[in-house]
Amino acid sequence: MAIPASSNPSEWVDRYGDYLFRYAMLRLRDRAAAEDAVQETFLAALSNRGTFSGDSSEATWLVGVLKHKIADHYRRQAREAPLEGADLAEHPDAGNFDGSGHWTAGPSGWGGNPADLYRQGKFLDRFRECLSGLSPNHANAFTLREIEGLDTAEICKVLNVTETNLWVILHRARSLLRRCLETRWFGATAGKGT
Amino acid sequence: MLSCKDVTKLVSESMDRSLPLGKRVGVRLHLLICRFCERYRRQILLLRETARHLAHAGEMPGEPFPETLSPEARERIRRSLSAP
Repeated sequence: MAIPASSNPSEWVDRYGDYLFRYAMLRLRDRAAAEDAVQETFLAALSNRGTFSGDSSEATWLVGVLKHKIADHYRRQAREAPLEGADLAEHPDAGNFDGSGHWTAGPSGWGGNPADLYRQGKFLDRFRECLSGLSPNHANAFTLREIEGLDTAEICKVLNVTETNLWVILHRARSLLRRCLETRWFGATAGKGT
Repeated sequence: MLSCKDVTKLVSESMDRSLPLGKRVGVRLHLLICRFCERYRRQILLLRETARHLAHAGEMPGEPFPETLSPEARERIRRSLSAP
């Protein structure tokens, strides 16, 4: 199979390096891990150049390889720090409910138009900081579900958890993220409105 | 009767699977009368929208992702690619 003229590995780093790095940073949240993933991606692509069909763009092909490297990283983290039963038992907002399960301190109003909100670079920075603050498994589950849009069965395979546990993990991740943003963004901008 | 604690859990779960009818109705009724749980729901939906927006924005260069490979990493990767 003819390899397209654009596929010259000596140009890959300049042409795709930053793009792949940004892609990995959003999903791995760690500079060293993201750099390693990019390096592994190029090396794997180099030894599998025959699998590049030319049907997709070269960038798309490389992102496909990178996705596998990211999933490998998630699998490794799930193996190294398996989720404990106790970790899943407690409701993430437990401290905000009374004995009968009603809010003692309910969510405060964030106000404004959501569409405007996520166009603000600073809001996205806080969002990513809050995501980085979660445990790796929680952040990875959230990333696979909400950034990648994978269905729960696929995520269970990567993280090696049951579907019931995944629902709990996702609920916890969303609640912790919600609370973190309430403090770091809406707290700072003095939450108003409903 | 569902408590707020139950409802927040079910609201999140409903974003990952379709709830059985009884629970779905219970959640919907609760949300009609509970301002806090309705807020919770709207806010975790906003997290989803933000995550999707980030996935799209990540495709473009620059803001909101100013990060680039460090010169050291760039050099290291370049070397590894040209190694025999």
